[in-house]
Amino acid sequence: MDAHSSDAGVQLPARPVLEGPDIARMLTRIAHEIVERAKGADDVVLLGIPTRGVFLARRLAAKLEEITGRAVPVGSLDITMYRDDLRLGPARTLARTDIPADGIEGRVVLLVDDVLFSGRTIRAALDALGDIGRPRAVQLAVLVDRGHRELPIRADYVGKNLPTSLRETVKVQLTEEDGRDAVLLGVKHAAPAGER
Amino acid sequence: MSKILIRGAQVLGGQPQDVLIDGELIAAVGTDLPADGAEVIEAAGQVLLPGLVDLHTHLREPGREDSETVLTGTRAAASGGYTAVFAMANTFPVADTAGVVEQVYRLGREHGYCDVQPIGAVTVGLDGKKLAELGAMHESAAGVTVFSDDGKCVHDAVIMRRALEYVKAFGGVVAQHAQEPRLTEGAQMNEGAVSAELGLGGWPAVAEESIIARDVLLAEHVGSRVHICHLSTAGSVEIVRWAKSRGIDVTAEVTPHHLLLTDELVRTYNPVYKVNPPLRTERDVMALREALADGTIDIVATDHAPHPHEDKDCEWAAAAMGMVGLETALSVVQRTMVETGLLDWAGVADRMSVKPAQIGGAAGHGRPVSAGEPANLTLVDSAYRGEVDPAGFASRSRNTPYEGRELPGRVTHTFLRGRATLVDGKLA
Amino acid sequence: MKRHLISAADLTRDDAVLILDTAEEMARVADRPIKKLPTLRGRTVCNLFFEDSTRTRISFEAAEKRLSADVINFAAKGSSVSKGESLKDTAQTLEAMGVDAVVIRHGASGAPYRLATSGWIDAPVINAGDGTHQHPTQALLDAFTMRRRLLGPDAGLGQDLGGKRITLVGDVLHSRVARSNVDLLHTLGAEVTLVAPPTLVPVGVEHWPCEVSYDLDSVLPKSDAVMMLRVQRERMNAAFFPTEREYSRRYGLDGQRMARMPGHALVMHPGPMVRGMEITAEVADSGRCTAVEQVANGVSVRMAVLYLLLGGNEPAVTHPRTEEK
Repeated sequence: MDAHSSDAGVQLPARPVLEGPDIARMLTRIAHEIVERAKGADDVVLLGIPTRGVFLARRLAAKLEEITGRAVPVGSLDITMYRDDLRLGPARTLARTDIPADGIEGRVVLLVDDVLFSGRTIRAALDALGDIGRPRAVQLAVLVDRGHRELPIRADYVGKNLPTSLRETVKVQLTEEDGRDAVLLGVKHAAPAGER
Repeated sequence: MSKILIRGAQVLGGQPQDVLIDGELIAAVGTDLPADGAEVIEAAGQVLLPGLVDLHTHLREPGREDSETVLTGTRAAASGGYTAVFAMANTFPVADTAGVVEQVYRLGREHGYCDVQPIGAVTVGLDGKKLAELGAMHESAAGVTVFSDDGKCVHDAVIMRRALEYVKAFGGVVAQHAQEPRLTEGAQMNEGAVSAELGLGGWPAVAEESIIARDVLLAEHVGSRVHICHLSTAGSVEIVRWAKSRGIDVTAEVTPHHLLLTDELVRTYNPVYKVNPPLRTERDVMALREALADGTIDIVATDHAPHPHEDKDCEWAAAAMGMVGLETALSVVQRTMVETGLLDWAGVADRMSVKPAQIGGAAGHGRPVSAGEPANLTLVDSAYRGEVDPAGFASRSRNTPYEGRELPGRVTHTFLRGRATLVDGKLA
Repeated sequence: MKRHLISAADLTRDDAVLILDTAEEMARVADRPIKKLPTLRGRTVCNLFFEDSTRTRISFEAAEKRLSADVINFAAKGSSVSKGESLKDTAQTLEAMGVDAVVIRHGASGAPYRLATSGWIDAPVINAGDGTHQHPTQALLDAFTMRRRLLGPDAGLGQDLGGKRITLVGDVLHSRVARSNVDLLHTLGAEVTLVAPPTLVPVGVEHWPCEVSYDLDSVLPKSDAVMMLRVQRERMNAAFFPTEREYSRRYGLDGQRMARMPGHALVMHPGPMVRGMEITAEVADSGRCTAVEQVANGVSVRMAVLYLLLGGNEPAVTHPRTEEK
């Protein structure tokens, strides 16, 4: 996710636009769409983009298993070293890349992230994938699409389209990391410090 | 030569007095002396000292004129308040013959900024093996009385013994650079906590102390006198103190930098702090100050060692050893000895003029400030405070460890036999 | 983290743990079909080696290339370089060529520090070994190897070496590896003991954050890792010890001595090993000896250092600013 564009300078209190039950419902719907579109999802590999994309990928995998009765491989894909804005800030801490044992060769890789914004994260993820293997297809699932794309990228599965202005921030909170599930809409600080 | 009246100066730091210079001599010292046509220098608040004498200067000429010449070195000396300097023998060629020492002596006289008294090498080529013609150098026009292989140690005990004996014939003195060569192979800095951490070859205190111990015993045995150059450790102080208490005829010098700086500065790996002997510890610095105050160490000598920029603008191991010192010596002594209450100005005059002139036999220097004496004088504005700026140095080299450091005191006037070599801080 | 990596003592605990954690991620890249990351694309790193060291140089070169940096190798040894001023000249040449970082190996202690602080060059400087001073990436790869073996690759993440007892044996006096390891291991909470003949321990060692022993056999049973330092045979001629045989008998690690170590304890060696001198072939080739592993880990650790120093517009921030998050 575009950590800095959504994290930096959230002016509290940000307004929750989605709560826990909404998020659970959206993930269930996305899981059903995946099964439908991927014809049973038997060659799907879920790769979450750290940090929150990984938790969403695991939740989706659990739901897919509920629906299909089969375990779905799930892993994580850190895109830090593929970012195009590395030189705009201090070197970032790396997160774990964890590719399921059977790999991604010839499979459908479903990238999972919390917020789709400029699209640059996904571009980096596509580059990272290319160094790991050659999937049959790559798809994208996001919890929130807030618009303002800067690259020709779109999501295959969207929990909610959330029209925003560039002055606003979108922050996804998940129990695993933040202690609760919510999507918060806030307004950026006037000060551009830390903005990218 | 005309008359000069120095008005209201604190002679040796005492009550304000007027000093009248007439020609090459001090004509009168008193209060309310009439100007009587003399040029008047208002010196209220300034300290008047006998012209400083440096027993340990490297003028580099002949051979390394890229770092210093007799002219630039004596101009630096005048700037620092010196009226006589002893020029070390480690030139190219080495000052181990009458010809070389006479050349250096004459250059000093011709330039006229400061008397230059050459030091002769103890051994031919400083190689520690064969005595140089000490007698011929003494009998030359330069009248050499101090002999030293400085830069190198006369490490062979037999050669040292012979040199000590031989110079007795004409009242000479051997100035020993105390450095046991085997103990200092590859040595880069004082051996201790800092060298262990920095991974620089250790230069143990014992390499200095063992030679001093040997040489004071040799001097005692042959009944000669010995002078110890740039004493740098607390242990060396103890040995000299013991030797003096025993009646051994030993004198010793300390450099200004060993009175102020410690090996902690080497942590910067900046070769401007690389010097021989190396900077030691705080404990050594304190012991050296005490010893200079109580007379165990007789004098301050600069070991003014100019080096061209490129010999210091490199990594530590490749850099030359040495620091320039003539133009900062008095300020460092004021900071370390006067401002700490260890010496008064009369004591400074003793350690920086009277005693060095005695040890080296510099006639006419280090004399009392009184009527009839040669007018070799230094006027110091002791209230001055300023940062050291090497760009203003008269020396050809800039390798000072004090750049940017605030030091007290400023020499305003220097008089060599009645002639001003420095006026208001500017060379005449 | 600071801009340069000159000494292991420059690293805080958090810096060191971040480097080790990052190295874990870098190590995983080695298992991929394409062992390359685009991270330092367009950045030029110069390996400036004034002293021969093929293994350190290729380790850095591998790390730089895996991160897609452009690599310039400058071997100054044997060229016209003989006077010290050439360090300055070389630095200014590299500056003019616009290198983004300099990895320097130099026979003179302090040369990397001088390079970093002299104003001759603006680029970050990474010390690849200077004289008998420091070799920080060696210490990092040693610590990385210890953490992996003693705590585990995953269990070790975020952890230091608190409470681990590490013994360094051999020529401490002339060893930049020993100095770096003492600093870093202490920072990471380990208890370090140096074992050497007294002639090969520096005066002033009492100020180091470690213990010193002259008796290897008494220390071995209490060691989680034993690092054997290389002892050059020439030292014998300078009277540091009487004979090779006597050195081996008192301070060498053989099978019998290794048996006194706890079962989990490692035998480490920074290489190149002098078999028969400080270590017997039996020990060097045993499963407890991590020498080969250390070489592999060296690449990961150097990738981590390069990434954390050069990956952003400034080095990684180890103490996150409070306004973020």
